[in-house]
Amino acid sequence: MKELVILSGKGGTGKTSLTSAFASLAGNMMLCDADVDAADLHLIMNPDIRETHDFAGGYEAQIIPDACTGCGQCMELCRFDAVKPVQDAGIFHINGLDCEGCGVCADLCPESAITFEEKICGQWFASGTRFGDMIHARLGIAEENSGRLVALVREEARKRVLAARIDILLTDGPPGIGCPVIASIGQANAVLIVTEPTVSGIHDMERVAQLAAHFKIPAMVCINKYDLNPDQARAIEVIAEKRNMAYVGKIPFDPAFTKAMIQCKTIMETHGDSPAATQIRQIWNRVMAHPAMKMDRLC
Amino acid sequence: MIISIASGKGGTGKTTVATNLCASLDADLMLLDCDVEEPNAHLFLNPNITEEKKVNAPVPKVDLSLCTRCKKCMEICRYGAIAVAGKAVVTFPELCHSCGGCMVVCPEKAITETDRFIGTVETGSLGLPEGASFGQGLLDIGQVMAPPVIKQVRQLEGQKKLTIIDAPPGTSCPVIAAMKGTDFVLLVTEPTPFGLHDLTLAVEAVKLLDIPCGLVINRAGLGNDGVNNYAQKENIPILLEIPFDKRIASAYSKGELLVRALPEYKEIFKGLYTSIEALVNRKGAA
Ligand code: SF4
Ligand code: SF4
Ligand code: SF4
Ligand code: SF4
Repeated sequence: MKELVILSGKGGTGKTSLTSAFASLAGNMMLCDADVDAADLHLIMNPDIRETHDFAGGYEAQIIPDACTGCGQCMELCRFDAVKPVQDAGIFHINGLDCEGCGVCADLCPESAITFEEKICGQWFASGTRFGDMIHARLGIAEENSGRLVALVREEARKRVLAARIDILLTDGPPGIGCPVIASIGQANAVLIVTEPTVSGIHDMERVAQLAAHFKIPAMVCINKYDLNPDQARAIEVIAEKRNMAYVGKIPFDPAFTKAMIQCKTIMETHGDSPAATQIRQIWNRVMAHPAMKMDRLC
Repeated sequence: MIISIASGKGGTGKTTVATNLCASLDADLMLLDCDVEEPNAHLFLNPNITEEKKVNAPVPKVDLSLCTRCKKCMEICRYGAIAVAGKAVVTFPELCHSCGGCMVVCPEKAITETDRFIGTVETGSLGLPEGASFGQGLLDIGQVMAPPVIKQVRQLEGQKKLTIIDAPPGTSCPVIAAMKGTDFVLLVTEPTPFGLHDLTLAVEAVKLLDIPCGLVINRAGLGNDGVNNYAQKENIPILLEIPFDKRIASAYSKGELLVRALPEYKEIFKGLYTSIEALVNRKGAA
Protein backbone atom coordinates (compact mmCIF):
# COMPACT_ATOMS: atom_id res chain seq x y z
CA MET A 1 0.00 0.00 0.00
CA LYS A 2 0.93 3.61 -0.41
CA GLU A 3 -0.10 6.62 1.59
CA LEU A 4 -0.14 10.26 0.54
CA VAL A 5 -0.82 12.86 3.24
CA ILE A 6 -2.16 16.17 2.01
CA LEU A 7 -1.11 19.08 4.23
CA SER A 8 -1.28 22.82 4.06
CA GLY A 9 0.35 24.35 7.10
CA LYS A 10 -2.16 27.11 6.94
CA GLY A 11 -5.80 26.16 6.64
CA GLY A 12 -8.00 27.36 3.84
CA THR A 13 -5.63 26.67 0.97
CA GLY A 14 -7.97 24.15 -0.63
CA LYS A 15 -6.42 21.04 0.88
CA THR A 16 -9.72 19.25 1.46
CA SER A 17 -11.20 20.21 -1.92
CA LEU A 18 -8.05 18.86 -3.55
CA THR A 19 -8.08 15.65 -1.49
CA SER A 20 -11.63 14.99 -2.60
CA ALA A 21 -10.70 15.67 -6.22
CA PHE A 22 -7.85 13.16 -5.92
CA ALA A 23 -10.29 10.63 -4.46
CA SER A 24 -12.23 10.73 -7.70
CA LEU A 25 -9.02 10.11 -9.70
CA ALA A 26 -7.22 7.55 -7.58
CA GLY A 27 -9.12 4.38 -8.44
CA ASN A 28 -8.69 1.68 -5.81
CA MET A 29 -8.27 4.01 -2.85
CA MET A 30 -9.35 4.68 0.70
CA LEU A 31 -9.77 8.05 2.38
CA CYS A 32 -8.69 9.06 5.85
CA ASP A 33 -9.75 12.41 7.30
CA ALA A 34 -7.02 13.18 9.81
CA ASP A 35 -8.19 16.78 10.31
CA VAL A 36 -10.24 15.64 13.31
CA ASP A 37 -10.45 19.08 14.85
CA ALA A 38 -12.31 20.66 11.94
CA ALA A 39 -13.17 17.72 9.72
CA ASP A 40 -14.71 18.86 6.43
CA LEU A 41 -14.06 16.05 3.99
CA HIS A 42 -17.38 14.37 4.84
CA LEU A 43 -19.22 17.45 3.56
CA ILE A 44 -18.11 16.53 0.05
CA MET A 45 -17.93 12.77 0.43
CA ASN A 46 -21.36 12.39 2.01
CA PRO A 47 -20.27 9.18 3.74
CA ASP A 48 -22.63 6.38 4.52
CA ILE A 49 -21.55 5.60 8.09
CA ARG A 50 -21.25 1.86 8.72
CA GLU A 51 -19.43 1.77 12.02
CA THR A 52 -19.29 4.22 14.89
CA HIS A 53 -16.74 3.84 17.67
CA ASP A 54 -16.14 5.88 20.79
CA PHE A 55 -12.74 7.42 21.29
CA ALA A 56 -11.68 7.29 24.92
CA GLY A 57 -8.90 9.80 24.63
CA GLY A 58 -8.08 10.63 28.17
CA TYR A 59 -9.06 10.82 31.77
CA GLU A 60 -10.73 13.40 33.91
CA ALA A 61 -10.36 13.86 37.62
CA GLN A 62 -13.32 14.81 39.78
CA ILE A 63 -13.55 15.50 43.49
CA ILE A 64 -16.32 13.83 45.48
CA PRO A 65 -17.43 16.75 47.66
CA ASP A 66 -18.55 14.57 50.57
CA ALA A 67 -15.21 12.80 50.77
CA CYS A 68 -13.00 15.87 50.48
CA THR A 69 -11.60 17.21 53.78
CA GLY A 70 -10.19 20.32 52.18
CA CYS A 71 -6.54 19.61 52.88
CA GLY A 72 -5.61 21.37 49.64
CA GLN A 73 -2.97 18.89 48.57
CA CYS A 74 -4.56 18.43 45.14
CA MET A 75 -4.38 22.14 44.43
CA GLU A 76 -0.74 22.22 45.40
CA LEU A 77 0.08 19.24 43.21
CA CYS A 78 -1.81 20.27 40.11
CA ARG A 79 0.51 21.88 37.61
CA PHE A 80 -2.36 22.92 35.35
CA ASP A 81 -4.23 25.22 37.71
CA ALA A 82 -7.31 23.03 37.40
CA VAL A 83 -8.08 22.77 41.12
CA LYS A 84 -9.79 25.69 42.83
CA PRO A 85 -11.29 26.09 46.29
CA VAL A 86 -15.08 26.15 46.46
CA GLN A 87 -16.01 29.44 48.08
CA ASP A 88 -16.94 29.17 51.74
CA ALA A 89 -17.26 25.39 51.54
CA GLY A 90 -13.83 24.33 52.77
CA ILE A 91 -13.47 21.90 49.88
CA PHE A 92 -12.01 21.91 46.39
CA HIS A 93 -13.28 21.53 42.86
CA ILE A 94 -11.63 20.54 39.56
CA ASN A 95 -12.37 22.49 36.41
CA GLY A 96 -12.66 19.89 33.66
CA LEU A 97 -11.59 22.35 30.96
CA ASP A 98 -8.22 22.85 32.62
CA CYS A 99 -7.64 19.29 33.80
CA GLU A 100 -4.90 17.67 31.77
CA GLY A 101 -5.82 14.20 33.03
CA CYS A 102 -2.44 13.47 34.58
CA GLY A 103 -4.02 11.70 37.56
CA VAL A 104 -1.46 12.96 40.07
CA CYS A 105 -4.07 14.51 42.37
CA ALA A 106 -6.21 11.36 42.28
CA ASP A 107 -3.28 9.09 43.10
CA LEU A 108 -2.12 11.21 46.00
CA CYS A 109 -5.31 12.48 47.65
CA PRO A 110 -5.02 11.25 51.25
CA GLU A 111 -8.79 10.67 51.44
CA SER A 112 -9.13 8.96 48.05
CA ALA A 113 -11.71 11.62 47.37
CA ILE A 114 -10.85 12.05 43.71
CA THR A 115 -12.29 9.83 40.99
CA PHE A 116 -10.29 9.41 37.86
CA GLU A 117 -12.26 8.01 34.99
CA GLU A 118 -11.73 7.53 31.34
CA LYS A 119 -13.77 9.93 29.29
CA ILE A 120 -15.09 9.76 25.78
CA CYS A 121 -13.43 12.58 23.84
CA GLY A 122 -14.86 11.88 20.42
CA GLN A 123 -15.95 9.30 17.93
CA TRP A 124 -14.52 7.73 14.85
CA PHE A 125 -16.33 6.23 11.91
CA ALA A 126 -15.83 3.74 9.10
CA SER A 127 -17.93 4.68 6.12
CA GLY A 128 -18.53 4.03 2.48
CA THR A 129 -18.45 6.80 -0.12
CA ARG A 130 -19.02 6.92 -3.86
CA PHE A 131 -15.24 6.71 -4.42
CA GLY A 132 -14.24 4.17 -1.81
CA ASP A 133 -14.22 3.64 1.93
CA MET A 134 -13.38 6.38 4.37
CA ILE A 135 -12.21 6.52 7.96
CA HIS A 136 -13.01 9.75 9.74
CA ALA A 137 -13.57 11.15 13.21
CA ARG A 138 -15.03 13.88 15.28
CA LEU A 139 -13.18 15.22 18.30
CA GLY A 140 -15.39 16.63 21.03
CA ILE A 141 -15.29 20.39 21.52
CA ALA A 142 -12.43 21.65 23.65
CA GLU A 143 -10.93 18.18 23.94
CA GLU A 144 -7.32 17.28 24.16
CA ASN A 145 -5.43 14.47 22.56
CA SER A 146 -6.37 15.21 18.99
CA GLY A 147 -2.96 13.75 18.15
CA ARG A 148 -4.00 10.42 19.58
CA LEU A 149 -7.26 10.43 17.66
CA VAL A 150 -5.37 11.22 14.47
CA ALA A 151 -2.99 8.34 15.18
CA LEU A 152 -5.96 6.07 15.78
CA VAL A 153 -7.87 6.88 12.57
CA ARG A 154 -4.70 6.51 10.56
CA GLU A 155 -3.79 3.21 12.12
CA GLU A 156 -7.31 1.96 11.46
CA ALA A 157 -7.22 3.16 7.86
CA ARG A 158 -3.80 1.63 7.22
CA LYS A 159 -4.93 -1.70 8.68
CA ARG A 160 -7.98 -1.80 6.44
CA VAL A 161 -6.05 -0.72 3.37
CA LEU A 162 -3.70 -3.64 3.83
CA ALA A 163 -6.46 -6.14 4.53
CA ALA A 164 -8.53 -5.08 1.52
CA ARG A 165 -5.50 -4.81 -0.80
CA ILE A 166 -6.20 -1.21 -1.58
CA ASP A 167 -3.60 0.61 -3.66
CA ILE A 168 -3.52 3.99 -2.04
CA LEU A 169 -4.58 5.74 1.11
CA LEU A 170 -5.32 9.45 0.78
CA THR A 171 -5.03 11.22 4.11
CA ASP A 172 -6.42 14.72 4.56
CA GLY A 173 -4.04 16.11 7.17
CA PRO A 174 -4.62 18.67 9.92
CA PRO A 175 -3.37 22.27 9.80
CA GLY A 176 -0.38 23.52 11.76
CA ILE A 177 2.81 21.77 12.76
CA GLY A 178 1.90 20.50 16.24
CA CYS A 179 0.88 17.15 17.63
CA PRO A 180 -1.96 16.27 15.19
CA VAL A 181 0.23 16.91 12.14
CA ILE A 182 3.11 14.94 13.55
CA ALA A 183 0.71 12.05 14.19
CA SER A 184 -0.55 12.27 10.62
CA ILE A 185 2.70 11.93 8.69
CA GLY A 186 4.80 9.17 10.27
CA GLN A 187 5.43 6.28 7.85
CA ALA A 188 3.64 7.93 4.95
CA ASN A 189 5.18 7.62 1.48
CA ALA A 190 5.10 11.35 1.01
CA VAL A 191 3.29 14.54 1.92
CA LEU A 192 1.82 16.94 -0.59
CA ILE A 193 1.82 20.50 0.69
CA VAL A 194 -0.94 22.64 -0.77
CA THR A 195 0.03 26.26 -0.47
CA GLU A 196 -1.10 29.60 -1.85
CA PRO A 197 0.96 32.44 -3.26
CA THR A 198 0.78 34.72 -0.24
CA VAL A 199 3.44 35.72 2.26
CA SER A 200 1.63 33.79 4.96
CA GLY A 201 1.14 30.78 2.67
CA ILE A 202 4.87 30.70 2.00
CA HIS A 203 5.76 31.18 5.65
CA ASP A 204 3.50 28.30 6.72
CA MET A 205 4.64 26.06 3.87
CA GLU A 206 8.23 26.47 5.03
CA ARG A 207 7.30 25.48 8.58
CA VAL A 208 5.57 22.30 7.33
CA ALA A 209 8.46 21.59 4.96
CA GLN A 210 10.85 21.77 7.91
CA LEU A 211 8.61 19.42 9.85
CA ALA A 212 8.50 16.89 6.99
CA ALA A 213 12.29 17.11 6.68
CA HIS A 214 12.63 16.68 10.44
CA PHE A 215 10.72 13.38 10.21
CA LYS A 216 12.37 12.47 6.91
CA ILE A 217 9.16 12.26 4.90
CA PRO A 218 9.56 13.25 1.22
CA ALA A 219 7.53 16.37 0.42
CA MET A 220 5.92 17.72 -2.74
CA VAL A 221 4.42 21.15 -3.26
CA CYS A 222 1.53 22.44 -5.33
CA ILE A 223 0.17 25.96 -5.46
CA ASN A 224 -3.51 26.75 -5.32
CA LYS A 225 -4.92 30.08 -6.61
CA TYR A 226 -1.50 30.80 -8.13
CA ASP A 227 -2.83 33.62 -10.30
CA LEU A 228 -3.70 35.73 -7.23
CA ASN A 229 -0.01 36.58 -7.18
CA PRO A 230 2.13 34.96 -9.92
CA ASP A 231 5.35 36.49 -8.50
CA GLN A 232 4.84 34.80 -5.15
CA ALA A 233 3.95 31.60 -7.01
CA ARG A 234 7.34 31.67 -8.72
CA ALA A 235 9.02 32.32 -5.38
CA ILE A 236 7.35 29.14 -4.09
CA GLU A 237 8.79 27.12 -6.96
CA VAL A 238 12.26 28.38 -6.07
CA ILE A 239 11.82 27.58 -2.39
CA ALA A 240 10.54 24.11 -3.24
CA GLU A 241 13.63 23.42 -5.26
CA LYS A 242 15.93 24.80 -2.58
CA ARG A 243 14.30 22.62 0.04
CA ASN A 244 14.51 19.60 -2.18
CA MET A 245 10.76 19.24 -2.57
CA ALA A 246 9.22 18.23 -5.89
CA TYR A 247 7.10 21.03 -7.32
CA VAL A 248 4.12 19.31 -8.93
CA GLY A 249 2.02 22.12 -10.35
CA LYS A 250 -0.28 25.06 -9.86
CA ILE A 251 -4.04 25.56 -9.94
CA PRO A 252 -5.71 28.84 -10.92
CA PHE A 253 -8.18 30.59 -8.64
CA ASP A 254 -11.57 29.20 -9.59
CA PRO A 255 -14.93 29.90 -7.92
CA ALA A 256 -15.92 26.43 -9.21
CA PHE A 257 -14.29 24.99 -6.07
CA THR A 258 -16.84 26.76 -3.91
CA LYS A 259 -19.69 25.94 -6.29
CA ALA A 260 -18.77 22.27 -6.19
CA MET A 261 -18.57 22.40 -2.41
CA ILE A 262 -22.05 23.88 -2.18
CA GLN A 263 -23.35 20.94 -4.21
CA CYS A 264 -21.42 18.49 -1.97
CA LYS A 265 -19.41 17.39 -4.99
CA THR A 266 -15.80 17.42 -6.08
CA ILE A 267 -14.73 19.92 -8.71
CA MET A 268 -14.00 16.95 -11.01
CA GLU A 269 -17.68 16.01 -10.90
CA THR A 270 -19.18 19.46 -11.41
CA HIS A 271 -16.55 21.23 -13.52
CA GLY A 272 -14.47 18.39 -14.97
CA ASP A 273 -13.48 20.46 -18.03
CA SER A 274 -12.44 23.60 -16.16
CA PRO A 275 -8.81 24.76 -16.28
CA ALA A 276 -8.53 24.02 -12.54
CA ALA A 277 -9.68 20.41 -13.07
CA THR A 278 -7.20 19.95 -15.91
CA GLN A 279 -4.37 21.14 -13.68
CA ILE A 280 -5.50 18.83 -10.86
CA ARG A 281 -5.30 15.83 -13.20
CA GLN A 282 -1.74 16.78 -14.14
CA ILE A 283 -0.77 17.31 -10.52
CA TRP A 284 -2.18 13.91 -9.62
CA ASN A 285 -0.16 12.23 -12.37
CA ARG A 286 3.01 13.95 -11.25
CA VAL A 287 2.40 13.00 -7.63
CA MET A 288 1.95 9.36 -8.58
CA ALA A 289 5.08 9.47 -10.74
CA HIS A 290 7.21 10.69 -7.81
CA PRO A 291 9.78 8.06 -6.76
CA ALA A 292 8.51 8.12 -3.17
CA MET A 293 5.07 7.03 -4.38
CA LYS A 294 6.44 3.97 -6.16
CA MET A 295 7.41 2.15 -3.01
CA ASP A 296 4.97 -0.03 -1.17
CA ARG A 297 5.10 0.74 2.53
CA LEU A 298 3.87 -2.13 4.63
CA CYS A 299 3.05 -1.09 8.14
CA MET B 1 -10.31 44.61 27.44
CA ILE B 2 -9.11 41.46 25.73
CA ILE B 3 -10.52 40.47 22.35
CA SER B 4 -9.63 37.07 20.92
CA ILE B 5 -10.02 36.48 17.22
CA ALA B 6 -10.72 32.91 16.26
CA SER B 7 -12.12 30.72 13.52
CA GLY B 8 -12.97 27.03 13.47
CA LYS B 9 -11.36 26.68 10.07
CA GLY B 10 -7.96 28.05 9.17
CA GLY B 11 -7.42 30.47 6.33
CA THR B 12 -10.68 32.34 6.75
CA GLY B 13 -9.04 35.71 7.35
CA LYS B 14 -8.55 35.66 11.12
CA THR B 15 -5.14 37.27 10.85
CA THR B 16 -6.43 39.85 8.36
CA VAL B 17 -9.06 40.93 10.86
CA ALA B 18 -6.66 40.91 13.82
CA THR B 19 -3.93 42.92 12.12
CA ASN B 20 -6.23 45.45 10.45
CA LEU B 21 -8.26 45.99 13.58
CA CYS B 22 -5.00 46.66 15.38
CA ALA B 23 -3.72 49.06 12.71
CA SER B 24 -7.00 51.02 12.58
CA LEU B 25 -7.25 51.98 16.23
CA ASP B 26 -5.58 54.83 18.06
CA ALA B 27 -5.94 52.98 21.32
CA ASP B 28 -3.30 51.95 23.82
CA LEU B 29 -3.04 48.37 22.63
CA MET B 30 -1.05 45.22 22.08
CA LEU B 31 -1.42 42.39 19.63
CA LEU B 32 -0.55 38.87 20.73
CA ASP B 33 -0.19 36.21 18.07
CA CYS B 34 -1.16 32.97 19.81
CA ASP B 35 -1.28 30.90 16.62
CA VAL B 36 2.05 29.47 17.74
CA GLU B 37 2.14 26.72 15.13
CA GLU B 38 1.83 29.15 12.23
CA PRO B 39 2.13 32.74 13.47
CA ASN B 40 1.40 35.13 10.60
CA ALA B 41 0.52 38.52 12.09
CA HIS B 42 4.15 39.65 12.04
CA LEU B 43 4.18 39.32 8.25
CA PHE B 44 1.65 42.15 8.01
CA LEU B 45 2.68 44.29 10.97
CA ASN B 46 6.48 44.08 10.69
CA PRO B 47 7.05 44.49 14.41
CA ASN B 48 10.37 45.58 15.75
CA ILE B 49 11.28 42.54 17.87
CA THR B 50 13.39 43.59 20.82
CA GLU B 51 13.26 40.60 23.12
CA GLU B 52 13.27 36.86 22.74
CA LYS B 53 12.50 34.47 25.56
CA LYS B 54 12.76 30.70 25.47
CA VAL B 55 9.79 28.65 26.60
CA ASN B 56 10.83 25.53 28.44
CA ALA B 57 8.84 22.67 29.84
CA PRO B 58 10.17 20.82 32.87
CA VAL B 59 10.92 17.13 32.27
CA PRO B 60 12.31 14.59 34.71
CA LYS B 61 15.96 13.67 35.09
CA VAL B 62 16.80 10.56 37.08
CA ASP B 63 19.86 10.19 39.27
CA LEU B 64 20.51 6.46 38.85
CA SER B 65 22.84 6.34 41.82
CA LEU B 66 19.86 7.13 44.10
CA CYS B 67 17.24 5.12 42.21
CA THR B 68 16.13 1.74 43.59
CA ARG B 69 14.12 0.82 40.45
CA CYS B 70 10.91 0.78 42.51
CA LYS B 71 8.86 1.77 39.43
CA LYS B 72 6.67 4.25 41.33
CA CYS B 73 7.46 6.94 38.74
CA MET B 74 6.42 4.67 35.90
CA GLU B 75 3.19 3.78 37.68
CA ILE B 76 2.02 7.35 38.17
CA CYS B 77 2.94 8.56 34.68
CA ARG B 78 -0.18 8.56 32.50
CA TYR B 79 1.76 9.35 29.34
CA GLY B 80 4.31 6.56 29.18
CA ALA B 81 7.04 9.18 29.46
CA ILE B 82 9.16 7.39 32.04
CA ALA B 83 9.90 3.68 32.22
CA VAL B 84 12.04 1.36 34.30
CA ALA B 85 13.57 -1.20 31.99
CA GLY B 86 15.94 -3.62 33.68
CA LYS B 87 18.68 -1.54 35.23
CA ALA B 88 17.86 1.59 33.30
CA VAL B 89 15.25 4.29 33.82
CA VAL B 90 14.35 5.76 30.46
CA THR B 91 12.55 9.05 29.94
CA PHE B 92 10.75 10.12 26.78
CA PRO B 93 10.72 13.91 27.03
CA GLU B 94 8.59 14.31 23.90
CA LEU B 95 5.75 12.40 25.59
CA CYS B 96 6.06 14.16 28.94
CA HIS B 97 3.26 16.54 29.96
CA SER B 98 5.32 18.07 32.77
CA CYS B 99 2.81 17.08 35.43
CA GLY B 100 5.54 16.58 37.98
CA GLY B 101 3.95 13.36 39.30
CA CYS B 102 7.05 11.19 38.98
CA MET B 103 9.13 13.62 40.97
CA VAL B 104 6.54 13.81 43.75
CA VAL B 105 6.19 10.05 44.16
CA CYS B 106 9.83 9.07 43.93
CA PRO B 107 10.63 7.82 47.45
CA GLU B 108 14.38 8.24 46.95
CA LYS B 109 14.24 11.81 45.66
CA ALA B 110 16.12 10.51 42.65
CA ILE B 111 14.17 12.69 40.21
CA THR B 112 14.84 16.33 39.52
CA GLU B 113 13.57 18.41 36.64
CA THR B 114 15.44 19.84 33.74
CA ASP B 115 14.27 22.24 31.07
CA ARG B 116 13.22 21.09 27.67
CA PHE B 117 13.06 23.77 25.00
CA ILE B 118 9.64 23.81 23.29
CA GLY B 119 9.33 27.26 21.77
CA THR B 120 10.02 30.96 21.87
CA VAL B 121 8.13 34.08 22.84
CA GLU B 122 9.14 37.25 21.02
CA THR B 123 8.13 40.73 22.06
CA GLY B 124 8.56 44.09 20.46
CA SER B 125 6.81 47.21 19.29
CA LEU B 126 4.60 48.22 16.39
CA GLY B 127 4.77 51.36 14.33
CA LEU B 128 1.03 51.33 13.71
CA PRO B 129 -0.60 52.42 15.92
CA GLU B 130 2.28 54.27 17.48
CA GLY B 131 3.36 52.96 20.85
CA ALA B 132 1.54 49.67 20.42
CA SER B 133 3.29 46.53 21.47
CA PHE B 134 3.50 43.09 19.95
CA GLY B 135 4.06 39.57 21.16
CA GLN B 136 4.10 36.20 19.46
CA GLY B 137 4.83 32.60 20.27
CA LEU B 138 6.67 30.15 18.04
CA LEU B 139 6.36 26.44 18.65
CA ASP B 140 9.68 24.80 17.87
CA ILE B 141 9.59 22.44 14.87
CA GLY B 142 8.89 18.87 15.93
CA GLN B 143 7.37 19.89 19.27
CA VAL B 144 3.82 18.94 20.19
CA MET B 145 2.86 21.07 23.19
CA ALA B 146 1.35 24.29 21.86
CA PRO B 147 -0.69 25.26 24.97
CA PRO B 148 2.30 25.99 27.25
CA VAL B 149 3.72 28.34 24.59
CA ILE B 150 0.33 30.03 24.23
CA LYS B 151 0.05 30.46 27.99
CA GLN B 152 3.47 32.04 28.01
CA VAL B 153 2.48 34.55 25.31
CA ARG B 154 -0.63 35.42 27.30
CA GLN B 155 1.50 36.29 30.30
CA LEU B 156 2.09 39.56 28.44
CA GLU B 157 -1.58 40.52 28.71
CA GLY B 158 -2.72 43.47 30.72
CA GLN B 159 0.16 45.82 29.93
CA LYS B 160 -2.13 47.80 27.66
CA LYS B 161 -5.75 48.89 27.79
CA LEU B 162 -6.65 46.70 24.84
CA THR B 163 -5.22 43.31 23.97
CA ILE B 164 -6.00 41.68 20.63
CA ILE B 165 -5.28 37.95 20.47
CA ASP B 166 -4.88 36.12 17.18
CA ALA B 167 -5.93 32.58 18.17
CA PRO B 168 -5.03 29.33 16.42
CA PRO B 169 -7.63 27.64 14.19
CA GLY B 170 -9.70 24.67 15.35
CA THR B 171 -11.65 23.93 18.51
CA SER B 172 -9.33 21.79 20.62
CA CYS B 173 -6.95 22.57 23.45
CA PRO B 174 -4.73 25.23 21.79
CA VAL B 175 -7.75 27.37 20.82
CA ILE B 176 -9.25 27.06 24.27
CA ALA B 177 -5.92 28.14 25.75
CA ALA B 178 -6.01 31.25 23.54
CA MET B 179 -9.68 32.21 24.08
CA LYS B 180 -10.14 31.40 27.75
CA GLY B 181 -10.70 34.37 29.98
CA THR B 182 -10.96 36.89 27.15
CA ASP B 183 -13.79 39.42 27.16
CA PHE B 184 -14.98 38.87 23.62
CA VAL B 185 -14.44 36.35 20.85
CA LEU B 186 -14.59 37.64 17.32
CA LEU B 187 -15.23 34.69 15.01
CA VAL B 188 -14.11 34.96 11.41
CA THR B 189 -15.62 32.69 8.80
CA GLU B 190 -16.28 32.46 5.10
CA PRO B 191 -19.73 31.86 3.62
CA THR B 192 -19.11 28.30 2.37
CA PRO B 193 -20.25 24.88 3.63
CA PHE B 194 -16.78 24.26 5.11
CA GLY B 195 -16.81 27.68 6.76
CA LEU B 196 -20.27 27.10 8.20
CA HIS B 197 -19.46 23.63 9.50
CA ASP B 198 -16.33 24.79 11.28
CA LEU B 199 -18.05 27.93 12.55
CA THR B 200 -20.72 25.83 14.31
CA LEU B 201 -17.93 23.96 16.13
CA ALA B 202 -16.21 27.19 17.09
CA VAL B 203 -19.49 28.61 18.42
CA GLU B 204 -19.92 25.52 20.62
CA ALA B 205 -16.46 26.10 22.05
CA VAL B 206 -17.23 29.76 22.74
CA LYS B 207 -20.49 28.80 24.46
CA LEU B 208 -18.63 26.35 26.65
CA LEU B 209 -16.40 29.19 27.81
CA ASP B 210 -19.38 31.52 28.15
CA ILE B 211 -17.81 34.46 26.37
CA PRO B 212 -19.85 36.91 24.25
CA CYS B 213 -19.08 36.63 20.55
CA GLY B 214 -19.70 38.24 17.20
CA LEU B 215 -19.07 37.31 13.62
CA VAL B 216 -17.06 38.63 10.70
CA ILE B 217 -17.90 37.10 7.33
CA ASN B 218 -14.93 37.27 5.04
CA ARG B 219 -15.06 36.85 1.25
CA ALA B 220 -18.79 37.57 1.35
CA GLY B 221 -20.50 36.84 -1.95
CA LEU B 222 -18.27 33.92 -2.81
CA GLY B 223 -20.47 31.19 -1.35
CA ASN B 224 -24.05 30.83 -0.19
CA ASP B 225 -26.14 32.27 2.65
CA GLY B 226 -25.80 29.29 5.02
CA VAL B 227 -23.62 31.25 7.43
CA ASN B 228 -25.98 34.25 7.55
CA ASN B 229 -28.96 31.99 8.23
CA TYR B 230 -27.09 30.16 10.95
CA ALA B 231 -26.00 33.41 12.63
CA GLN B 232 -29.57 34.65 12.63
CA LYS B 233 -30.87 31.42 14.08
CA GLU B 234 -28.22 31.35 16.80
CA ASN B 235 -28.59 35.05 17.51
CA ILE B 236 -24.94 35.80 16.81
CA PRO B 237 -24.47 39.39 15.65
CA ILE B 238 -22.79 39.76 12.26
CA LEU B 239 -20.51 42.72 12.93
CA LEU B 240 -18.84 42.98 9.56
CA GLU B 241 -18.96 41.49 6.09
CA ILE B 242 -15.86 41.89 3.95
CA PRO B 243 -16.74 41.25 0.31
CA PHE B 244 -14.61 39.05 -1.88
CA ASP B 245 -12.45 41.50 -3.78
CA LYS B 246 -9.39 40.66 -5.87
CA ARG B 247 -7.70 43.85 -4.63
CA ILE B 248 -7.98 42.57 -1.06
CA ALA B 249 -6.67 39.15 -2.05
CA SER B 250 -3.78 40.72 -3.89
CA ALA B 251 -2.81 43.02 -0.98
CA TYR B 252 -2.99 40.05 1.36
CA SER B 253 -0.78 37.96 -0.89
CA LYS B 254 1.94 40.62 -0.69
CA GLY B 255 1.71 40.92 3.07
CA GLU B 256 0.15 44.36 2.78
CA LEU B 257 -2.40 45.53 5.32
CA LEU B 258 -5.91 45.91 3.95
CA VAL B 259 -6.22 49.35 5.54
CA ARG B 260 -3.13 50.43 3.67
CA ALA B 261 -4.27 49.10 0.28
CA LEU B 262 -7.86 50.30 0.73
CA PRO B 263 -7.77 53.10 3.35
CA GLU B 264 -11.57 53.31 3.45
CA TYR B 265 -11.44 50.15 5.56
CA LYS B 266 -9.90 52.04 8.45
CA GLU B 267 -13.23 53.56 9.43
CA ILE B 268 -14.90 50.18 8.94
CA PHE B 269 -12.53 48.50 11.40
CA LYS B 270 -12.99 51.39 13.85
CA GLY B 271 -16.70 50.76 13.60
CA LEU B 272 -16.11 47.07 14.25
CA TYR B 273 -14.29 47.94 17.44
CA THR B 274 -17.09 50.27 18.54
CA SER B 275 -19.64 47.48 18.10
CA ILE B 276 -17.49 45.07 20.09
CA GLU B 277 -17.10 47.60 22.89
CA ALA B 278 -20.85 48.08 23.02
CA LEU B 279 -21.46 44.33 23.20
CA VAL B 280 -18.91 43.86 25.97
CA ASN B 281 -20.33 46.76 27.98
CA ARG B 282 -23.83 45.39 27.55
CA LYS B 283 -22.68 42.05 28.92
CA GLY B 284 -20.95 43.85 31.78
CA ALA B 285 -24.10 45.79 32.62
CA ALA B 286 -26.33 42.71 32.48
S1 SF4 C 1 -6.35 16.21 48.19
FE1 SF4 C 1 -8.29 15.14 48.42
S2 SF4 C 1 -8.98 15.66 50.46
FE2 SF4 C 1 -7.36 17.08 49.98
S3 SF4 C 1 -8.45 18.87 49.15
FE3 SF4 C 1 -7.93 17.58 47.40
S4 SF4 C 1 -9.70 16.25 47.12
FE4 SF4 C 1 -9.91 17.17 49.14
S1 SF4 D 1 -5.67 15.06 37.05
FE1 SF4 D 1 -3.82 16.31 36.93
S2 SF4 D 1 -4.47 18.06 35.74
FE2 SF4 D 1 -6.32 17.08 36.41
S3 SF4 D 1 -6.81 18.15 38.29
FE3 SF4 D 1 -5.60 16.35 38.87
S4 SF4 D 1 -3.52 17.09 38.99
FE4 SF4 D 1 -4.68 18.63 37.85
S1 SF4 E 1 10.36 6.36 41.56
FE1 SF4 E 1 12.46 7.06 41.89
S2 SF4 E 1 13.47 5.35 42.85
FE2 SF4 E 1 11.60 4.53 41.98
S3 SF4 E 1 12.19 3.84 39.94
FE3 SF4 E 1 11.49 5.91 39.70
S4 SF4 E 1 13.33 7.15 39.85
FE4 SF4 E 1 13.84 5.15 40.68
S1 SF4 F 1 6.42 14.78 34.69
FE1 SF4 F 1 4.49 13.66 34.52
S2 SF4 F 1 4.31 13.22 32.36
FE2 SF4 F 1 6.43 13.79 32.71
S3 SF4 F 1 7.44 11.84 33.05
FE3 SF4 F 1 6.86 12.63 35.06
S4 SF4 F 1 4.90 11.68 35.48
FE4 SF4 F 1 5.27 11.43 33.28
